[in-house]
Amino acid sequence: MSNIMILLKREFASFFATPVAYVFIGIFLTLSAVFAFFIGSFYERGQADLLPFFNFHPWLYLFLVPAIAMRSWSEERKSGSIELLMTLPISTWQAMVAKHLAAWLVLGLALILTFPLWLTVNYLGSPDNGIIIAAYLGSWFMAGAFLAIGICMSALTKKQVIAFILAVVVCFLFVVSGSNIVLDAFKSWAPTLVIDTVASFSFLSHFEAMAKGVIALNDLGYFLLVTLSWLFAGLVIIDQKKAD
Amino acid sequence: MISVKNLKKSFSGVVAVDDLSFDIRPGEVVGFLGPNGAGKSTTMKMLTGFLEPSSGEISVFDLNLTDSPLAIKQKIGYLPEGAPAYGDMTPLQFLSFIAQVRGYKGREKNERIQQVIRQIELQEVLDKPIDNLSKGFKRRVGLAQALLHDPQILILDEPTDGLDPNQKHQVRELIKNLAKDKIVIISTHILEEVTAVCNRVMIIAKGQLQFDGTPNELNRQSKYFGAITLHFSYRADISGLAELDGVAEMQVDEESGAVTLFPEVDSQILHLVTAHVQRCKLPVDTLVVEQGRLDEVFRNITQREAK
Repeated sequence: MSNIMILLKREFASFFATPVAYVFIGIFLTLSAVFAFFIGSFYERGQADLLPFFNFHPWLYLFLVPAIAMRSWSEERKSGSIELLMTLPISTWQAMVAKHLAAWLVLGLALILTFPLWLTVNYLGSPDNGIIIAAYLGSWFMAGAFLAIGICMSALTKKQVIAFILAVVVCFLFVVSGSNIVLDAFKSWAPTLVIDTVASFSFLSHFEAMAKGVIALNDLGYFLLVTLSWLFAGLVIIDQKKAD
Repeated sequence: MISVKNLKKSFSGVVAVDDLSFDIRPGEVVGFLGPNGAGKSTTMKMLTGFLEPSSGEISVFDLNLTDSPLAIKQKIGYLPEGAPAYGDMTPLQFLSFIAQVRGYKGREKNERIQQVIRQIELQEVLDKPIDNLSKGFKRRVGLAQALLHDPQILILDEPTDGLDPNQKHQVRELIKNLAKDKIVIISTHILEEVTAVCNRVMIIAKGQLQFDGTPNELNRQSKYFGAITLHFSYRADISGLAELDGVAEMQVDEESGAVTLFPEVDSQILHLVTAHVQRCKLPVDTLVVEQGRLDEVFRNITQREAK
């Protein structure tokens, strides 16, 4: 446990030693506000909730989270520091968990820093703050799942750009698998069971419920499971390919 | 003690290390010599547990590397090739991170860090990001990291690569002054380094062990070991030199006029040569007893057909 804490601290600090974290947080705050106010018609709806803000999160994460995840293993491989890390008395899974938690904390920090929006909506009306907290929690868990995909892709290659593109593609599949475009393609021929399975993989359908304030254990559990599965896949990849 | 049995490693069909077996005991400073791509680094990566062998066994102080990797990693200090580090950290932050991972806390941690900083002389760069340091300092940060926990086993992959002659000397002194009960393994392709710091040499070529012995034994393999080179101030009659007992062969360098006398195996010819020089009043201005030419031995060993 203490090993994870030490590694976590190092990873977290390195986000702030380089401008990565600042750029990420800045862009996240700007874009989420732009989406909420201009595209999500935050005012025009006349409702005291943050739904227009949360609805765009999957799409924001689609590009921003792979950007923050791409360096996690790629850079270690490229600089050779992976050799140093793996010959220290720590386990690979500890390094993996620490990398994920560190980036997840940065994402959490970005989410927390959107609090002015929450203040605004409380000033303008009286929203159900329970719903908002549930939505924040759901958004953070979803970000964690995106992050795990990005970290796994980063474990695949030395090149950050390739890691980024792969992560965006895989994340995109997970986001759209619940949308009508994809499901329509299946509807004409596939049995309901297949359609339901494809739909159940979707980040969107699991997140939508939580954005409306319904914290179902199976939605949180879903994101947690996705996170753990991708981190485990990353672990297998690192063990197989650490030398090249 | 490190014990390696039938170690093999291949990367997608290409054999990098082919059936290596050796034991290394405390007190030995072993130099891995070999051409580039001979399998030195791969062997080191397997010893440190970074790579898993394709087959074969490694045990360290009677612990098996596959069964208890963490316990073994605690005992090893490792400088990987190119001395990688986290470039956005300063040496102080980096060493503090390594110390924590190595399990040091509080005052003990600070003492360890201060000691290694003094030992490696890193004082002037402590607060600069490692990315901005010169190649020499980067290498020294890597060394400091490997020495921090005063490991029983020190594995250094090309520790003096990229250092200037003063820094090389300093690193070699450092290695020599380590406690005498440690195991030190260094890899290098600088031949003098081996005679300067090691008490055992292993030459690896094409993934196989081609030579295992002391630096002195390596020197003895040279045709030039014990040979005597004479230089004359003016032309003189040198015919008698070749006829001396124990002289196997005489070579004359046309350009400089220097004469090299090669001894027969296991014979000393110095006293015979000096006696002859005095008797015939030869105008010798320099006389050199050769210690063996390592580059020649190295070429012979590494370029002969693999076993």
